[in-house]
Amino acid sequence: MPQEHRLILKHADQPGYTPDLECYLRHGGYDALKKVLALAPKDLPDGKKMSPQEQVREDVKASGLRGRGGAGFSAGIKWSLVDRRSGKPIYLICNADESEPGTFKDRQIIHKDPHQLIEGMILSCWANDVKLAYLYIRGEMPQGAKLLNKALDEARAKNFLGKNILGSGFDLEIHLHRGAGAYICGEETGLIESLEGKRAYPRIKPPYFPAVLGLYMCPTIVNNVETLCHVKHIVSMGPGEYAKLGTPNNTGTRIVSLSGDVKRPGYFEIEVGKVTIGELINDPAFGGGLRDGRKLKAIIPGGSSSKILKAGETFKLNRKGADGQMTKVEVPLLDLPYDFDSLMGAGTMSGSGAIIVLDDTRDIVEALANLAEFYAHESCGQCTPCREGALWMSKALHRMTHGEGRKADADYLLHIAQNIQGRTICAFGEAAAWPVLSFVKKFKEDFEAKGAADEAKAAAAKH
Amino acid sequence: MSAPATTEAKPAAPPAPAAPPPPSDKIKIKVDGREVEVPKMMPDWQGKPQPTTMLQACQLAAHEVPHYCYHPKLPIAGNCRMCLVEFGTPQMGPDRKPVLNEDGTPKIAKSVLPYEPGTPRGAIACATPISPGMEIYPNSPATKQMREAVLESLLINHPLDCPICDQAGECKLQEYSVEHGQAQSRFVEAKVHKPKAVDLGPRIVLDDERCVLCTRCIRFTKDIAGDDALGIVNRGSYNTIAAWAEGKFDNNYTLNTVDICPVGALTSKDFRFQMRVWFMKETKSLCTSCGTGCNIVVGSREEKVYRYEPRQNDAVNSTWMCDSGRLNYKWIGRADRLQKCGMRIAERGMLEVAWPTALKAISAKLASAPSGSVAIVASARQTTEELFLLAKLAKKFNALTDSVARNAEGDKLLVNADKNPNSNGARLTGIAGPQLGANLAKISDGLRSGGIRTLIVFGEDVTKHGIGADLLAKLDTLIVSDILPSATTAAAHFVLPGCAHLEKRGTFVNVKGRVQKFMKAVEAPGDARPEWEFLHELVHNVTGQNGFSTIEGLFNEMAREVPGFAGLEWAKLGDTGVTVQI
Ligand SMILES: Cc1cc2nc3c(=O)[nH]c(=O)nc-3n(C[C@H](O)[C@H](O)[C@H](O)COP(=O)(O)O)c2cc1C
Ligand code: SF4
Ligand code: SF4
Ligand code: SF4
Ligand code: FES
Repeated sequence: MPQEHRLILKHADQPGYTPDLECYLRHGGYDALKKVLALAPKDLPDGKKMSPQEQVREDVKASGLRGRGGAGFSAGIKWSLVDRRSGKPIYLICNADESEPGTFKDRQIIHKDPHQLIEGMILSCWANDVKLAYLYIRGEMPQGAKLLNKALDEARAKNFLGKNILGSGFDLEIHLHRGAGAYICGEETGLIESLEGKRAYPRIKPPYFPAVLGLYMCPTIVNNVETLCHVKHIVSMGPGEYAKLGTPNNTGTRIVSLSGDVKRPGYFEIEVGKVTIGELINDPAFGGGLRDGRKLKAIIPGGSSSKILKAGETFKLNRKGADGQMTKVEVPLLDLPYDFDSLMGAGTMSGSGAIIVLDDTRDIVEALANLAEFYAHESCGQCTPCREGALWMSKALHRMTHGEGRKADADYLLHIAQNIQGRTICAFGEAAAWPVLSFVKKFKEDFEAKGAADEAKAAAAKH
Repeated sequence: MSAPATTEAKPAAPPAPAAPPPPSDKIKIKVDGREVEVPKMMPDWQGKPQPTTMLQACQLAAHEVPHYCYHPKLPIAGNCRMCLVEFGTPQMGPDRKPVLNEDGTPKIAKSVLPYEPGTPRGAIACATPISPGMEIYPNSPATKQMREAVLESLLINHPLDCPICDQAGECKLQEYSVEHGQAQSRFVEAKVHKPKAVDLGPRIVLDDERCVLCTRCIRFTKDIAGDDALGIVNRGSYNTIAAWAEGKFDNNYTLNTVDICPVGALTSKDFRFQMRVWFMKETKSLCTSCGTGCNIVVGSREEKVYRYEPRQNDAVNSTWMCDSGRLNYKWIGRADRLQKCGMRIAERGMLEVAWPTALKAISAKLASAPSGSVAIVASARQTTEELFLLAKLAKKFNALTDSVARNAEGDKLLVNADKNPNSNGARLTGIAGPQLGANLAKISDGLRSGGIRTLIVFGEDVTKHGIGADLLAKLDTLIVSDILPSATTAAAHFVLPGCAHLEKRGTFVNVKGRVQKFMKAVEAPGDARPEWEFLHELVHNVTGQNGFSTIEGLFNEMAREVPGFAGLEWAKLGDTGVTVQI
């Protein structure tokens, strides 16, 4: 039987568990911090010594932890790319902008267990010689901001933050910064600009890779809330134990936000790759199936930006056999393990870990129009293809959902979206283009039928 | 599209370059299939060496990559995406060594979308550094398609009102649409409407619908002029350029944004609707409103000046100029310009006379003037050649000479506190000492005591500089050349109508010793003549010296005679001048 495996959210929903420091300490809070502060340099076979900080960085790499913010990039590798020789301070930013439609996992941590995040941040800062860190929280989460500020104060009062933390000589300050309500502030370089007090225009890469030229043009680490929480568990459990959770190259647990047409929408923490999409939708432990009499139409598997998967689709995935040989196996949609690599193999992504389920009562054109409107509204407008293309797609879809569609609109939409993806400053371009490309390609009949019907109606009205 | 700029014979070939740099400073790449070797590092917008970009490399290979937001003197924004190009890099094997083709050439891996390996992934040429062995395909079908798509996007919400747009003829949107666009857009939706005729500041009007949001104006204003006055409001396709408060875009450099705006969004209140750009003649000249000597192009038609625009000179003004200098040209066309020679005859007052009459009479007067009885006040707004000729006269009479100092506040960017365009010319020719105006008191003493009987004034109203009408009245002979009437011309025995610098050729020496020449843009009104021409006649008549009757010859003679200009030649000044020690 597939089950939740609660690591990050272990305590969050337990009766009586409160977001204050006392409660966190009663549950072993800040023990991981005490553990790393007690670490001694490690002797290496070549006679050199490895600093405790470097040991933790190596542990994070060895744990296989991949970013939970969207791109699934290895946290350990991200940390190893930081320019440590520039002589400039290194900053760490926790990305708590959680704005991807369908995603509501970071806020569970923020609201129910803020100290876990703070401890994860302190550990990550300590491991990377960061003395000043920022917590950038989405503007629409005022309660979360309040709770985090209170938790930061509590941590300061107990000297988990501040000067000479627990007598270790390590200084760290964390500032909370509230966004003002823009999805693009979740894009790490847009976030950095916003944090610098500017319009959140994402930066061009090259040259502005955060690891080298980030906040205030200093080396900067940007990690998602959930990613940073995992660091605490990697430290507590050790990388070996941690990596036993999940599946190879897709280690640990991850919180899945499940929404849309299921009986039990909600968030579920699973071992990555140990639960299939079908189980997440249908198992009583998770979504509990579609509403009675409904059939699955499609799912959006990794937040609104990910490419839609159509009910009944099958995918050819690489699988390592018992003999260690890679073979291609055909996997139906509902049997796809929910992990980074399987979804990539299916031509989409697990993104922010948010599954949106659409049943057969949904009008696919309406659904896409809704998403397109979001992207048109949230495009920062800095670069031409996204600025003009996002609104163009939205206008076309608005037309299509208001009785003025054309049969040719399907190809028209593909044309616009193809001219956005891969040509923009930031990945918002893909985020805006992918829904359109995948919806229209996979449901072309629906789009063409709708357009043709409108044209027929218009022609009839003329006579 | 406009008439070619007036240029002199091409400057002689530049001096042979120093020994070629060691090979490690170069990178071999291919542009459009042709191998080129380009420097590894090239100057960025501030002149600092940075890894060479694809766009710079293509430029060196004579391939202009179309662009809107890129400007060589502004920080890179990378937002327009017009410069996207398809490219490839040598494929690396697992051993980190290049994979070779059968013929031994390195195998090139074209850049593709990671999630869609069949689709090329372009890079923005303006911001992407080149790497050894890189291949850039500036003309490939994929590159062309990317450009077409960007243009289509830029045009969908554009008003396309070229017939009434001031930028028509120098608009990059028009130009690129013809070169790189497609005939028909697929767009069938309603356009976005934005504010028209926005009063951005006292000198600038903005049409937000025409704006392509390249942010050149914002970057110039913030990063060059140091003013955070401009920004973007709203989001996405509704993005709109705005000043922090309507009408408040008001630093002394705002008009540069009109020059760099690639479309007709920003217009100069002074110039808009005045003249179609393709009707104008363009002449290389200088701004004369301060000692910086910004290089300019003068736009004129039928002897009327319509605008100044900055002309690139990295030793002087980069590609900018200040608003006050730019707009200071209207006096040239003033109705009260001096247009006739005047000669005062006892009882009959000032008579209009022809040039030969005036020059003959003046020559006769000067011929009898004893040494030490003449003084000369020559403006540091006169050309160096004119000052040189006046210095010759001064030498003949052992005359006291000086110019007038003009000082006001300068700024950190271009504006200099010295408001004369040629103070250093006055110093180098010996007309003035280090401190301009230091001799004026001595000259007025000479007038008062009666020792000075003849005063020659060029281009100044000396009554405003301590030599009042009462003193002038004591003179036997007051010879004045000027452009506009003044209290000094009113007191003169001889009035010689001179030329504004736009009406003649010559040189100025700026505050840093840059000797720069300027060309003639328009004809002088009436009988007005370039001062160097008639001064040349006077010097000949008075001293017997026969100089050159061309400006080239005159300059070269000056360079031979005046130590400060040693080694210079008119032809070698080029369009951007030469710096001398000051
Ligand atoms: C348009 C856009 C929006 C994003 N929004 C978020 C967000 O709300 N939260 C987040 O953690 N990451 C977001 N990301 C991803 C971040 O850029 C960045 O990759 C992430 O914070 C890195 O953290 P991780 O490596 O721990 O996943 C967004 C990316 C894009 C392109
Ligand atoms: S892709 Fe869109 S969101 Fe990203 S920089 Fe360009 S316009 Fe802004
Ligand atoms: S007004 Fe002109 S310079 Fe400024 S952003 Fe628009 S197009 Fe660019
Ligand atoms: S800085 Fe001086 S020379 Fe340059 S434009 Fe202004 S006034 Fe003219
Ligand atoms: S010129 Fe605009 S992106 Fe390169």
